[in-house]
Amino acid sequence: MKNIMVCMKQVLDPEAPLSLFKIDAAAKQAVLPKATPPVLSPFDENALEAALKIKDTQPATVSVISLGKKLVRTVVKAPLAAGADQLFLLEDEIFSDFDSCLTAASLAAAIRKIGAFDLILCGIQAADTNAGQVGTGIACLLGIPCITCARKVELNGDRIRVEKIMPDGFDVIDSALPAVVTTSYEAGTLREPGVEAFMSANKKPLTVWNAQQIGMDKSRSGPAAFLKMEQTAHNIKCEMLEGAGPAEQTLQLVGKMKDAGVF
Amino acid sequence: MTENKTILVFGETTGGRLSPSTYELLGAGRSLAKASGHELAAVLIGSELQPAAQEAVSLGVDLVYRVENSSLKDYSAELYLAALEKAVIHTGPEIVLLSQTAAGKDLAPGLAFRFNTSAAMDCTALEIDPASRRLLMTRPVYGGNAQAVQVCSTNPQIAALRRKSFVPASPESSRQGKVVQIDYAFSPEDCKTRLVEHRVEPATGVKLEDARVVVAGGRGIGSAEGFKQLEELAGILNGAVGATRPPCDRGWIADTRQIGLTGKIVSPDLYLAIGISGASQHLSGFSGAKMVVAINKDPEANIFRAAHYGIKGDWKIVAPLLSAALKKAVNKT
Repeated sequence: MKNIMVCMKQVLDPEAPLSLFKIDAAAKQAVLPKATPPVLSPFDENALEAALKIKDTQPATVSVISLGKKLVRTVVKAPLAAGADQLFLLEDEIFSDFDSCLTAASLAAAIRKIGAFDLILCGIQAADTNAGQVGTGIACLLGIPCITCARKVELNGDRIRVEKIMPDGFDVIDSALPAVVTTSYEAGTLREPGVEAFMSANKKPLTVWNAQQIGMDKSRSGPAAFLKMEQTAHNIKCEMLEGAGPAEQTLQLVGKMKDAGVF
Repeated sequence: MTENKTILVFGETTGGRLSPSTYELLGAGRSLAKASGHELAAVLIGSELQPAAQEAVSLGVDLVYRVENSSLKDYSAELYLAALEKAVIHTGPEIVLLSQTAAGKDLAPGLAFRFNTSAAMDCTALEIDPASRRLLMTRPVYGGNAQAVQVCSTNPQIAALRRKSFVPASPESSRQGKVVQIDYAFSPEDCKTRLVEHRVEPATGVKLEDARVVVAGGRGIGSAEGFKQLEELAGILNGAVGATRPPCDRGWIADTRQIGLTGKIVSPDLYLAIGISGASQHLSGFSGAKMVVAINKDPEANIFRAAHYGIKGDWKIVAPLLSAALKKAVNKT
């Protein structure tokens, strides 16, 4: 029986309308809008799907780990309905969305505490930080290899075979286990759970740990910090082409393209 | 690690020459070196690197380190990271610059964690803070909806630079620099990972990331047939077709065509957004485009806030007219 860990982050809904997006300049992070609930980071959903695809083919336990300050239970429990076996929530005031060092160290500590692991899956990057460091960090801290940007993950015995996306195609990489693999959207969209799955999800084990319970020092944080954070100014002035009708507007547009040297 | 006033650039090569992204790194590295009085060094990893090392010297690198070995011919995250770590220990740089490329996305975080720090990924601007002398690294967060300025209190300060955000260095053959070989004793047998094969996937048409013109469709396109029309339009300008997330989710177009935070980042000369409402995660995918044109029925659509020119109208009427007008105009030139 293989043990697969999937790290999933709760983030602001990246598909939410821009008008709801506000930065708290003092806190150097976005304000959680009340109108739109958070979601699980899309690439992490691809990671869960990759784990479930492995579980489709062989006996495996899929454990999901989420780390954050305030985790919305209806959001972070969704993986259980999709087919994960157990959920670990790392919840503490010291956790920060942007501290990759602290996040990777906490996740690595939790993975060790959970026990045996063969494969750790993460999204290639989170939808809020856009950094893509945590998977590599976990691998480094656990002293195991990391293969990034996977579109396919196959687990055979004590080895994995990964298709890693490269600029001109893909690499087929064979690796010993345990290993960390980070997934891209090509790894597949997360399956839709049925109604029954939602019912049984509530019976699956859920463990909540704070920083101290996974042995993290309260004062610990990484050397990187933000000096400031500002909302991006979308100050492009859009010139609406106001020709008499679509034909004229189109000709105006072709003129603008020519002036800009497009052709 | 002895600390030097050095900026170390990780140079990538393609076909024996420095890659375009490396020209941008060296451009950024040179201006930082000028502002700070640092020495500019570069590390090249691979095999048969002498021509690329000379190229780096001509671009203004004071000291080029070659980590050369036949086992480094093909990229391997594990081997390259070990080689890069060795070069960083050897040179003790204050700053390490990499590109936000497939290799850079592996190596920047990997290197950072080896030095108990984290990297600033996807940077779009860099400067030395006159007061603290630390590197200020600006990078988009929240899918480009916000800009953060990151500093790192320890060395090395590691940044991965977004493509096409920095002015490339220009060569001057008269420049002088030293080329030094770093010995590398790492054996592929020690590796936990192994490259089984590298498969090149022939791109059909123009590659999205390299296209000078990108025609992108959103939910408003409505069907796979609709995207065929966009293909025709893109073809006239030798461009590529992209999409927002919903058309990919619905299977109207391949997943690999997705542009945005959860897809590809493009920086074309012209970005033509058709039937796209403008979710923030999509807007971040083309923030580097020189000219953005939006065609949408809804004049209040968010996409117009990110566009230079707009046409309010039904794309089904506008697109064929645009195709016809462009064909005429392109044939004339």
